[in-house]
Amino acid sequence: MLPDGAPSASGNDHRALAVLCPDWPVVACRRPVDDAVIVVHANRVIAASLAARAHGVHEGLRRREAQGRCPDVTVVERDLGAEARQFEVVVAALDGISPRVEITRPGSCVLATRGPSRYFRGDDALADRVLDAMGTVLGGRGRYRVGIADGPFTATIAARHAADRGSVVVPTAETAAFLAPMPVGVLDRPELADLLVRLGLSTLGAIAALPVADLVGRFGAEGAVVHRLASGRDERPLDAGDPPAELEVVAELDPPVERVDQAAFVAKSLADELERRLLDIGAACTRVLISAETETGEELARLWRHEGALGPHAVAERVRWQLDGWLNGAPATRPSGGLVRLALRPDEITPGRGRQLGFWGGHTAAAEHASRAVARVQGLLGPDGVSVPERRGGRDPIEQLALVPVDAGTLVEGRQPVDTARAAAPWPGRVPSPSPAVVHHQRRSAEVVDDQRRAVTVSGRGEISAPPRWLAISGPESGRGPWAEVTAWAGPWPVDERWWDPERHRRRARFQLVTAGGQAHLVALEGQQWWVEATYD
Amino acid sequence: MGAEVGVGAEPSIETARRQLRQMGEWAQPVTLAADQVLPVTAGLVPLFPDGGLRRGTVVSTGAGIGAVSLALATVAEASVAGSWLAVVGGRGLGLAAADELGVALDRLVVIERPEPAQWGAVVAALVDAFELVLVAPGHRVKVSVARRLAARARERGAVLVHVGRWAWPEAPDLRLDSVEVTWQGLGDGHGTLRARRVVVTGVARRDAVARRRVELWLPDADGHVRLVDHRVDHRVDHRVDQDSALAEVHPLRPAV
Repeated sequence: MLPDGAPSASGNDHRALAVLCPDWPVVACRRPVDDAVIVVHANRVIAASLAARAHGVHEGLRRREAQGRCPDVTVVERDLGAEARQFEVVVAALDGISPRVEITRPGSCVLATRGPSRYFRGDDALADRVLDAMGTVLGGRGRYRVGIADGPFTATIAARHAADRGSVVVPTAETAAFLAPMPVGVLDRPELADLLVRLGLSTLGAIAALPVADLVGRFGAEGAVVHRLASGRDERPLDAGDPPAELEVVAELDPPVERVDQAAFVAKSLADELERRLLDIGAACTRVLISAETETGEELARLWRHEGALGPHAVAERVRWQLDGWLNGAPATRPSGGLVRLALRPDEITPGRGRQLGFWGGHTAAAEHASRAVARVQGLLGPDGVSVPERRGGRDPIEQLALVPVDAGTLVEGRQPVDTARAAAPWPGRVPSPSPAVVHHQRRSAEVVDDQRRAVTVSGRGEISAPPRWLAISGPESGRGPWAEVTAWAGPWPVDERWWDPERHRRRARFQLVTAGGQAHLVALEGQQWWVEATYD
Repeated sequence: MGAEVGVGAEPSIETARRQLRQMGEWAQPVTLAADQVLPVTAGLVPLFPDGGLRRGTVVSTGAGIGAVSLALATVAEASVAGSWLAVVGGRGLGLAAADELGVALDRLVVIERPEPAQWGAVVAALVDAFELVLVAPGHRVKVSVARRLAARARERGAVLVHVGRWAWPEAPDLRLDSVEVTWQGLGDGHGTLRARRVVVTGVARRDAVARRRVELWLPDADGHVRLVDHRVDHRVDHRVDQDSALAEVHPLRPAV
């Protein structure tokens, strides 16, 4: 019997409540609320605070563009670990409302409303309850929105349409009408959305109105999924089943593991094992339950969902987030001992479709292998351990190409390592090619003297005191290295950069020096100090 | 094409055997030489007993002057041909130089400076998937680690290229050394570095030739890596000198 006042809508098994924290990366970096802050990843803005948005900063902008629009903005590099760690507080608060909170990513989670909705007498009451809990735990630090609707997909869209600190409840009967005017972009499948728009299907309503057979005929399995989503039915794939219990992989840790990185390492091998077992039965995992237990019997279990499928790297990453959050969470919930048990249980599986590797272009097998290896190395070193070059342009050998941390997935897509506008621009005064093969990111100090053993100096008008004859480079540890005779040299080439910016203004005089034996260096005199900037090794 | 089948006459046992052998050759999985050897730029070919980078081998370019450029030039051609390149210990790698020497930057991944404790695991993971792994260790590499990596490279068909002052603890399959380096273009207070002439020696294990030796432009004034051709290169020298001569009117010459 339903209690009085419970809307009939809650009779639906798949009704879900979604909590969205817009700009969670900004919240997670714990800056004052009114500050203009942007969070960047791979040189692009991925989140911006309200103050920054007021200046026209939005996601996808380049860091430099964002700084141009909002000059006093604070730039923060993305830290997924911190985001997940901070989000654990939110999830822990929601834990009191529903035992099955599933995290889609830091800043967004979903819970099934069937039980809680009955308990709190209705969806609206539940939404208020969740908003209260969020308000208590965040305390005005960030924005949050709540949506309740049929299925996690619709609930997430409902949450997106809620006001800050507000909620939107979509009854089952109104689901179709609610979704119909939404643009296809909300499906979060950019390539497909682009194609659909060109076919004249610009809203979810237009897709839902089509016979499902036509969509499957044109787009295959994805067509069926899109049709289900657009018509407001559960996004859970038809063929998703309850996975057999023997798929669970468990590691007993003896001696207990005290550090998160050690646990993450165990998790990586567990995740590999899980993937192997899933492959054996031809399945992929879309939701995984990660549970950890300490020697004093505390347990933390969290459900993680992924729209695609959770690969071993993704699973290991989530274990790391979860444990990080637990170990750095509120003192009351923090574990009091080392980890003794770590278990991964696939909670929802779908038939694995695998990926067909092309012969040329796009997804090549080599790129696929490379990205897997990169993911493995990132598992060892952390996400910033692996970088790829990006062409930026500049005068310095160091500036022309920069290393940016790589997202393993993007390797397969065929990267364009070029920041075209800057790279193509002329850079008068750049060091002519050939470029030095070794650049010293930490410049090495040096001494340059003339044949009288007096330090060579450059006057304000760019005249040198005497030709350089001897060069001594200090070693990487300390102490001056041996003197080497300079056999050829040229310079000084004055470099006067950013004279408009008192803080970053640099004035240097550059030289190329070749020493006996054929070693060539790019050296610079800045202030009274000589530096070796790069070596033509 | 194909084996001739005796028409009219009974095929002798010898012909039958020959035919059988030939059919066997047709049927067996073909291993093309090109699959076993990754290409190197033409200038370096004389240094390689197989005419290129043999898969599963370890190549060291040592720590001589120009060793890093030599290592980059070694892998550049294969990288252009489609192999992925991982550089371990590439914190100070001159990316612009790598680009100029022909390394395909969209297939380049750099691990800047792994901790010595993790170094072996990182390189092993990369050898599994990358055809080219360039290592510049910042610490002494243990013999056991080096052996394991070499075995792994052999198994996976990857080429491990070593460079830097911390020597590879085992004898590499091929050792290249730059023994003589001369720069052109830079004078006494004028000009810029334009071209570099390098004498490179190569010592390979199990090679009929004890020591191979080439004289290379690394790079020449146009940025190419090629063999020094004594018949024409005096002209190049001349041109470089002319450039230097032009540079002599540099307004910032020292007042001596």
